[in-house]
Amino acid sequence: MTLAAAAPQGFLSPTGVEVAFVLVGLVTFAAAIVTVTTKQLVHAALWLVVALGGLAAEYLLLTAEFVAWVQVLIYVGSVVVLLLFGLMLTKAPIGRSPDADSGNRWAALTVAVAAAATLVWVVVDAFRTQWIDLDAPQGTTSVTGAMLFQHWVLPFEALSVLLLAALVGAIVLSRKSEEPSDERVRDAKAHARDDAEAAADKEQR
Amino acid sequence: MHLAYPAVLAVLLFCTGLYGVLARRNAILVLMSVELMLNAVNLNLVAFDVWLRDTLHAGQALTLFTIAIAAAEIGIGLSIVLMVYRNRGTSDVDRLRDTAESPGPAGPDDAAPDGAADATHPDATAAAQKAEATA
Repeated sequence: MTLAAAAPQGFLSPTGVEVAFVLVGLVTFAAAIVTVTTKQLVHAALWLVVALGGLAAEYLLLTAEFVAWVQVLIYVGSVVVLLLFGLMLTKAPIGRSPDADSGNRWAALTVAVAAAATLVWVVVDAFRTQWIDLDAPQGTTSVTGAMLFQHWVLPFEALSVLLLAALVGAIVLSRKSEEPSDERVRDAKAHARDDAEAAADKEQR
Repeated sequence: MHLAYPAVLAVLLFCTGLYGVLARRNAILVLMSVELMLNAVNLNLVAFDVWLRDTLHAGQALTLFTIAIAAAEIGIGLSIVLMVYRNRGTSDVDRLRDTAESPGPAGPDDAAPDGAADATHPDATAAAQKAEATA
């Protein structure tokens, strides 16, 4: 963590883990770029799978094993499926949609590139001499479970309440427009009954 | 491993997500970009947790909590987007301008007649018509 501890490692002699990290990182970054630039909406969700899976591989390389599998289960397994369902329920076009990008994309590009340049400069300048020691795994499942249920029990339980609240909220939001459609059905039935009565009156006359 | 590698990757992913949030028009694509930004933060948390060798493993615990909160967020966000789509017939964030201030000299406090206000917002008029048609 200090300069003296960092001395034996050389900057220009990367280890195998570093090479793997950089390669997977390049794939992840490219998939993220395609996700935010492609004009085909469904392809964006599928490239998001590549980006999130690449991040899971990065967690594995950082020896955070449990976080990696949670990432695969929750993000790749459920969040992307939810996003695909959302795309299909909003009738997203399957082919290329020319209006996927808004008119202010050049301003957005300027902001993003400026932020990236600033942050990369700051981060590289700050952590130039710091090294992660990956010899001892830091996130095996037993370690993570013990840590989670010894020191983080209260936030964990609060989080379960939050998930329940979010679930109920999502159901309420989705159900809200059912009532008008019920009324519409009822109105339609009433109209049909009125029409039938009117036709019966005509026949009686 | 050099600490700058995960930090720089997190920065690049965050800025990619930032670009997506600012440049995309479809609300679900904006949500995808928000997910990218959250994942960049998660990578930072894990990397710094492994670097610091925290005995409480605060970084990994917060990463797990962030993942759970992101799942909740995506559920709520998608149901909101679906409700907007059902009411307006579009999930295009550029067209949802009902609460925007009118660009003309007439401020939002001026009691402008509805016709004039609608004439300055053709998109809002179309959206309102769609809302009336779908309601």
